[in-house]
Amino acid sequence: MATEAASQTSGMEYHHSTEPVILYEGVTKHFTRGKREIFTALEGISFRVEKGSVTGMVGPDGAGKTTLIRLACGLLFADEGSVRVRGWNVSDHPQQVQSRVGYMPQKFGLYEDLTVQENLDLYGDLHGITGEQLAERTPALMQMTGLGRFMDRLAGRLSGGMKQKLGLACTLLSSPDVLLLDEPTVGVDPLSRRDLWEIIHQLVADQGLSVLVSTSYLDEAERCHRVAVLHHGRLLGEGPPSRVSEAAAGGSWLAEPPASLKLRQLQSRLITSPGIVDATLEGKRVRFVASDHTPWESGILENATCHETSPRFEDGFMVLLRRAAGTGASIPAADGEKTPTVVESSPEVVVEVRDLVRQFGTFYAVKNVNFQVRRGEIFGLLGPNGAGKSTTFRMLCGLLPASSGTLRVAGVDLRHARASARQRMGYVAQKFSLYGQQTVMENLEFFAGAYGLRRERKNRRIQWALDQFELQKHVNLPSGELPGGYKQRLAMACALMHEPEILFLDEPTSGVDPIARREFWYRINGLADGGVTVIVTTHFMEEAEYCDRMVIMLDGEILAEGAPSEIRQLGHGPEGREPTIEDAFIAIVEDFQAAKAREAA
Amino acid sequence: MDLDSLRRILALIVKELLAILKDPRSRYTVFVPSTIQLLVFGYAATYDLSRIRYAACDQDRSAASREFLASLEGSGTFLRVANLESAEEIQPWIDARKALAVVQIPQDFERNLLAGRHADVQVIVDGRNSNTAGTALNYIGTITDSFNVAWNREHQGVEPPIRIESRAWYNPNLETRWFMIPGLLGMLALIQVIIITAMSVAREREQGTFDQLLVTPFRPFEIMIGKALPGILVGMVQATFVVVVARFWFGIPFNGSLGTLYTGIFIFLLSAVGMGLMISSLVTTMQQALLGALVIVMPCSLLSGLGTPISNMPQAVQYLTLINPLRYAISVTHRVFLEGAPFHLILPELVPMGGIALVTLSVAVWMFRHKLT
Repeated sequence: MATEAASQTSGMEYHHSTEPVILYEGVTKHFTRGKREIFTALEGISFRVEKGSVTGMVGPDGAGKTTLIRLACGLLFADEGSVRVRGWNVSDHPQQVQSRVGYMPQKFGLYEDLTVQENLDLYGDLHGITGEQLAERTPALMQMTGLGRFMDRLAGRLSGGMKQKLGLACTLLSSPDVLLLDEPTVGVDPLSRRDLWEIIHQLVADQGLSVLVSTSYLDEAERCHRVAVLHHGRLLGEGPPSRVSEAAAGGSWLAEPPASLKLRQLQSRLITSPGIVDATLEGKRVRFVASDHTPWESGILENATCHETSPRFEDGFMVLLRRAAGTGASIPAADGEKTPTVVESSPEVVVEVRDLVRQFGTFYAVKNVNFQVRRGEIFGLLGPNGAGKSTTFRMLCGLLPASSGTLRVAGVDLRHARASARQRMGYVAQKFSLYGQQTVMENLEFFAGAYGLRRERKNRRIQWALDQFELQKHVNLPSGELPGGYKQRLAMACALMHEPEILFLDEPTSGVDPIARREFWYRINGLADGGVTVIVTTHFMEEAEYCDRMVIMLDGEILAEGAPSEIRQLGHGPEGREPTIEDAFIAIVEDFQAAKAREAA
Repeated sequence: MDLDSLRRILALIVKELLAILKDPRSRYTVFVPSTIQLLVFGYAATYDLSRIRYAACDQDRSAASREFLASLEGSGTFLRVANLESAEEIQPWIDARKALAVVQIPQDFERNLLAGRHADVQVIVDGRNSNTAGTALNYIGTITDSFNVAWNREHQGVEPPIRIESRAWYNPNLETRWFMIPGLLGMLALIQVIIITAMSVAREREQGTFDQLLVTPFRPFEIMIGKALPGILVGMVQATFVVVVARFWFGIPFNGSLGTLYTGIFIFLLSAVGMGLMISSLVTTMQQALLGALVIVMPCSLLSGLGTPISNMPQAVQYLTLINPLRYAISVTHRVFLEGAPFHLILPELVPMGGIALVTLSVAVWMFRHKLT
C-alpha cells in the first residue's frame, strides 16, 4: 500500500512538472466597496508562471497585482476562472498549495521588538521547522541576505532594505518551491533593491525556485524573465520584457534642444502635443515616444536635433497604458500655458539652509547640512529611508524645530516668524492628508479659509482649482472616495490655494500611476516656470531628472549636490549605456561606505 | 487677535462641525448613548427599594406577631416569600438569595408585649450588598417605630413624647430620579466633550492631516480655539437635550433660570474641553485618546457626589473632589433645577469651576505649544 501511494505521488509530481507552476485562467474577481458599489479588481486574466523563472507583474496601484498574488496562495478565491499552483486548483486544495508556496506580503509581519534571530526562530516554529533543521538552514539564508552580523539586532532597528531581506529569509525558511513576492522593494533604497534582486535571481539559478513578483518599478520588471503588464484589472500584455518594449518599436526618439530652449520646456511642449505618447528627460536630451497611429507635427520640435532610438521597456509600457486608456492623446495643456518668466541669471535665494543639525537624543538625524534654493528652481532631496531627507524636509516646513543652524524660508527666519513664513508656502504630504469624509468643495473651502482668503479671491481661487485640476465633476464627492490620481490633484489644489511662493512636496508620486505622474510633473514644471520654487523629496530616482538641482543624502549628510546631468557623471553605467541617476546614486553611496570603512579601520 | 485670525478660527470651526455632523457614527454618539443613559438612570437606577423579598419565622404565632408582620406588608415595600418553621431554615433562604431579609419573632413576643416588657424581634439581612441591606433595615426600623407608637396608644393610651413631622424640601417624595437626572446632565456632557476634543486632534494626527494643518498659518492658540468651540457647542446641544428630557419626559420641576443654568454649563464645559485638549496634546493615536478620556472620566464621576455622598468620603478624598469640575457642575444643576437657586447663590460653585477651566486650558495651550516646538 505504502509503495503504491508513494509511486502515485511521484507520478503526480512528474505529471505536474510538465505544467506551468502557476496558471491563471480567465480569472475575474470582484470586491464590494462601501455598501453598494461593486468594484472589479480583475477581469479575465490569463497567464502563467514557468518553472524556474521570475515572472514580474507590473502596473500602477489598483492594477490588481496584490489580488493576483493573494489568489495564488489561497487567501482569496476567484469569482470566475481558475488558479492552479503546481497543478492544484487553489480553491479546492488551498492547504496543499500553501505548503509549497512562500508568500511575502507587502508589509511582512516582522516582530519589531524581537531580534533577527528571534524572528527567524518564530517563523521557523510557525512552519514547523525547529532545532537541527532550523540551525541547518539559517546560516545559508543569513549569508545570502548579509544579515549574519545583525543576528542580535532588534528587527525594528533594521533599515528598510534589511527588514525586507529578513522578511525574505523568514519566507524562505520553509524551503518553498514557489515564491510570491508582493512589491518587495517598496521603500527600499537602490542599493538594497539591487541586492534583493540579486538574491532572487540566485535563488532561481541555484534552487530552481519559481518566482512571481509584483513591482511598480519598471527597471525591475525589465529584470524578469517574463512580464505581465496590468492596468485596472486587465492584462495589457504578457511575455518577455523585450516584447513590451516592442510595443513602442519605431516610435522612440531622442531630441536635443537648441540652446535657446530649456530642456523642460521642450519636454512640456512634447508631452502636451497630440501624437506624442510620452516624453521624459534623459540627461541633456528629451526622450519621446510617438504614437503609432496619430502622426505628430515636426514643427513642435523647433530646431531640436532629433534621431530615432531603440525603445526602452518604459516606452513600450507607456504605449500599452495609453492604448488601454483609450486615447493616444497626451496630457491636456494647462491653463493657457503660463508664459515662462525670463530667467534671470541668478534669481534671489528663497530657501537657505546653513549648518542645519537635528538631534534625537544622541542620534544625529541631520548633520551640518548646507544648501540654497533659488526662486523658480525645482530642488530635489534624494536618499533612502532614514537618510535624513524627511527630517530636513520637516524642518524646512516648520513642522520640526532645528537643533541648531539657520533656516531661512522666503526671507523669514523659521525660528522666529513661522506663521508668516507659512502664509507663503504650500505643502503636499506623502500620505493623502486631507479630510476624507468631507467633500472636495468642503476641503477647498477649508483651506481657502485657513489661508485667510476672502470672498472674491476665495471664489476665484476655488474656481481656479476646480478648472486647473479638473475637479468639477467630483466636487460633491467625499475626498476619501476620489480615485487615486484625483486625490493627489486635490492635495495640490489645496496646497496652491493661496498662490504660495514655495511648494514643498514630500514623495508626491509614490503610488501614483505613470500617466498621472507625467501629468503631475508637467504641472510642476508649469509652476516653476511661473516663478514658484519647488522642493521635492522622492525615492524614484528617474524623477530626479525633473529637478534643476538636487542633493543626495545619506546618514544625515549631503553626499552630492548638483544638476541631474552633473550627478549622472558620478556614476558608471553598465557598458554601452549612459549612467542613470540611480547608477550615480549607487556609486556615491558605495564610495561613501568604503570611505567610512577605511576610517573605521 | 486680528481679523485674519478670526477668519481662520471660523474656517476650522466649520470644518470641525462638518466632521462631527457628517459622520453618522459621531452623530449617533451625541444622542444615542445619552438617551440610553437617561433611560437607564431614570428608570433603573434608584436607591428606593420596593417589593423586598423577606421570609418570616414566626415562632410566636400570636395575634401580636401577626399584626407586626401585617404592618410590614401593609407598607407595600415588603413581600413575604416564605413562612419558616425553625431557625435552621433561615440560612438556605439567605444563601440562595431567595430572601433579602428574614424576620424572626421569638415565642414570648406577645407575652412580653402584654406584660409591658421589651419584646425582641430578630432581623437578619443579606449584607453582601451593604446598600440594599442598609435600606431594608431602615424601612423595617421605621415600620417598627410606627408599630410601637400604635401599640402604646392602643394598650396603654400613651402618646410618645416626640413625633416627627417630616417635610422633604425640593423633592417632597424623595425620588431618586429627581436627584439623578439633573446630575446626569453634567456627567454626560463631560464624557461627550472630553471624548470629542481628545479624539478630534488625535484623529488628525493619526490620519496625517495635523501636519497639513500645522503648515497653514494657524497659530497654536487658533487651533486650540477652533478645536475647543465645536466641543463646547456639542456639549451645549447635549445638555439642552437632557434638560428637555428631564423637564418634559420625567416631569422634573425646573425652578431656576435658564440663564443661570447655562452660565454654569458653559464654565463647566470650558474646564472639560481643557481636560480633553490636555489629553490630546499628550497622545498620538485615537486609541490612546479614548483611554486617556476614560482615565479622566472615571475618577471624575466617582468623586462627583452623584453615586456616593461626598460627606461620606474620607477627608483626604474630600479634598480631592475640590479639583473635580463635575462636583460643582452637579451641584449647580441640582440647585438650579430643584432649589431654583439664583445666580449669586451659584457663584461659589462657578468660581472654582472657572479656576479649573483656566488651569486646564492654560496647561493645554502650554503643552500644545511645547509639543509643537
